[in-house]
Amino acid sequence: MKTVCLYFQVHQPWRLKVYRFFNIGKDHNYLDDFTNRAIMQKVARQCYLPMNALLLKLIKENKGAFKCSFSITGSAVEQFRAYAPEVLDSFRALAETGCVEFLAETYSHSLASLSSKEDFVEQVKLHTKMIKEEFGKKPVAFRNTELIYSDHIGEMVSELGFKTILAEGARHVMGWKSPNYIYTNSIDNRLRVLLRNYKLSDDIAFRFSNQGWDQYPLTAEKFAQWLAEENGDVMNLFMDYETFGEHQKATTGIFDFMKALPKAILKHNDVCFATVSEAAKSSQPVGVLHCPHVMSWADEERDVTAWLGNELQNEAFSKLYALKDKVKSLKNADFEYVWNFMQTSDHFYYMATKWLSDGDVHSYFNPYGSSYEAFINYMNVLSDFEIEVEKALAAKKSRKKDTASA
Amino acid sequence: MRVLMFGWEFPPHIAGGLGTACYGMTRGLARNDVEVIFVMPRASGDEDERFVKVVNASDVEARYCDSTIEGADDIMRKISFIHIDSNMVPYISPEEFATYREGYERTGRKFWEKEGDSWTQRYTFSGKYGANLMEEVARYAVVAAEVARQLEGQFDVIHAHDWLTYFAGIAAKRVSGKPLVVHMHATSFDRSSSDNIDTRVYEIERAGMAAADRVIAVSNLTRNIVIEKYNIPAEKVVTVHNAVRFAEKENELPERGVKDKIITFLGRITFQKGPDYFVEAAAKVLKRVPNVRFVMAGSGDMMNHVIRRVARLGIADRFHFTGFLKGDDVHKMFQLSDVYIMPSVSEPFGISPLEAMRANVPSIISKQSGVAEVLDYAVKVDYWDVDAMADAIYGFVKYPALSKMFSEKGLEEVTGLKWNNAAAKIKTVYEDAINECAK
Repeated sequence: MKTVCLYFQVHQPWRLKVYRFFNIGKDHNYLDDFTNRAIMQKVARQCYLPMNALLLKLIKENKGAFKCSFSITGSAVEQFRAYAPEVLDSFRALAETGCVEFLAETYSHSLASLSSKEDFVEQVKLHTKMIKEEFGKKPVAFRNTELIYSDHIGEMVSELGFKTILAEGARHVMGWKSPNYIYTNSIDNRLRVLLRNYKLSDDIAFRFSNQGWDQYPLTAEKFAQWLAEENGDVMNLFMDYETFGEHQKATTGIFDFMKALPKAILKHNDVCFATVSEAAKSSQPVGVLHCPHVMSWADEERDVTAWLGNELQNEAFSKLYALKDKVKSLKNADFEYVWNFMQTSDHFYYMATKWLSDGDVHSYFNPYGSSYEAFINYMNVLSDFEIEVEKALAAKKSRKKDTASA
Repeated sequence: MRVLMFGWEFPPHIAGGLGTACYGMTRGLARNDVEVIFVMPRASGDEDERFVKVVNASDVEARYCDSTIEGADDIMRKISFIHIDSNMVPYISPEEFATYREGYERTGRKFWEKEGDSWTQRYTFSGKYGANLMEEVARYAVVAAEVARQLEGQFDVIHAHDWLTYFAGIAAKRVSGKPLVVHMHATSFDRSSSDNIDTRVYEIERAGMAAADRVIAVSNLTRNIVIEKYNIPAEKVVTVHNAVRFAEKENELPERGVKDKIITFLGRITFQKGPDYFVEAAAKVLKRVPNVRFVMAGSGDMMNHVIRRVARLGIADRFHFTGFLKGDDVHKMFQLSDVYIMPSVSEPFGISPLEAMRANVPSIISKQSGVAEVLDYAVKVDYWDVDAMADAIYGFVKYPALSKMFSEKGLEEVTGLKWNNAAAKIKTVYEDAINECAK
């Protein structure tokens, strides 16, 4: 029996407004409220709401045979609450079917796993708590931001009590091995690793509407046939949820494709659907996956250079995490809130200067004219935040002194 | 005395310092009883209009003597303007002009078709633009000759600013027989490193100065370059330092957002302005004093390079970029600053430190700038000496007495630099040229 594991990533960053040098010290609203709301409501209309409705219908129609998994970031949930609460309701409706698993990840879709264990653990715990509150179930499987994975990250995840982690089936790590089997982390063998089948995943996520592709048009029957012909135990189809209706617009027929897909797949008797945790338990691991260096699902290189590949990104990253202890010692929710959205990986993605094969993808997501603009804007906001943190710390100290002397 | 002046920009439409200087200069001349007919290119766009437009002085006044900016001003009545339909643009190299022209071509307007050599061919005023910057400069000269002919008897001397108008000056001189004064606001050697100058521009500059009866240089630095590198006889070259004109009304101080001391660089971020040295000095200062912030205001072809360098030095949380600043923001930036720095590698004059000092901001300037010749209360350092630069910044930040002295004395000093005086000098230059010509 072969298992198809569908997992969708849901994320929206809090976008910063144009924040100039002259704002520093005076203006502490960092977010572009208009853009954030406009984008959230547009994506909700084009993707989240219609796709959630479709999935709910598919689950009911197939009486439990169709399953899928989600990972929803904290910043996306915060924006649902603020701008599109109906989306959150529709996700809860999916959760109640019992056929949908919600995964754990970093709260802010952050790069904390590359900073320190402390930062990472905090981000994961925050997210786990949020998912439990929103959807009523504590997640047991983990996916890191942009599928960033290494042996070390796997070890930290296992220590946090997770049984399964997702990773990219990157060619340079896999070599001759197939992503269609279950592997274990090389440091902690209890942690199971599910690897994304990038060929099949990208057939839907990237190539679906590409008329220059020799397999165009992709039909559910054809895709189901490919799955049936694939060797292995699990076929992991991991993609951005925004693929449906946003990256691939409704006019491409992506919703019709999804509507027909479960039936087409289930027609093949030896193929079934499973959530991430079920898929990880469906077969025995075939071996250990060695991944000493970090990899991700981004770009041709499948590494982390999209976020930490140049001096601008490194500088912003190190200056951000240098503030951590100060922010923590404040124990103030307002500061935590800013601290969280400043960590979002998207800010670093906007500063990337690699524009070769993946330039299109980068510029699609980038609200800034150039990496340099993105960097300047981010650093201006960070400078103001730092000043505010220092002020709050000084105030706290003097309060302490007052109470001590009184 | 009446002067026919060729410039290429005038407020409010300015791209750089020349327009500001022309404005102050013409006002100063008017106060010294010199009447000015100001001729400048302007791309108007409709070829059907007459080629040379003599703009009614009163029309122009409504534009330039906007009461909200200047207040009613008798001085301006002595200045007339003539706009010549041309797409000549300042601060642009022939190569850049070619790109600019392509963009212009897309608008569907016609160009002046090249009919052989620009200089030997006789042109009729077709109302089409030249095919490249050099040709446009030549065409402008042809038009200038026509202007000079039409205004015959209405001026005593011709004054041409910067190389774009030198051919026009020469042509006007030939037609009218009046003496020519050319004004060197910058040389080819300031625009690029000395072994990589644009020889065509150099030739035009040299030709203009050779044909002129007098050459005005904006500083001794520029005068020396003119004498040494263009082989112009020293007795023909006169230094007249620029002055500075300040708006009468004082804006109220903007509210400061940060407590830290702010060290500012304001200008185009190009090789000529020495932005790199500022960054290195900033890194040195930040090692010693944490409570300072550095601001680089402006844009330019070296901006991305500078941002990367700042990131690599790990000082991006203390080093800010504002991008290109306009009008009020420039003023605001000066008022927010505690120290102003101009580390120019080569600066014929450099008016910005005067503006900073006017805003009570002590300044550090490079010895390689013309303005260093007229200022005592500014710290002068070699542009490459980042240690000295860092020292000076440290001094101003750490010793309030020092920065108080420089800002008070500096304000006194710049207030004394008046266009009236500079214009009086220019008037003497005119008189010398006229007398010599009459001999």
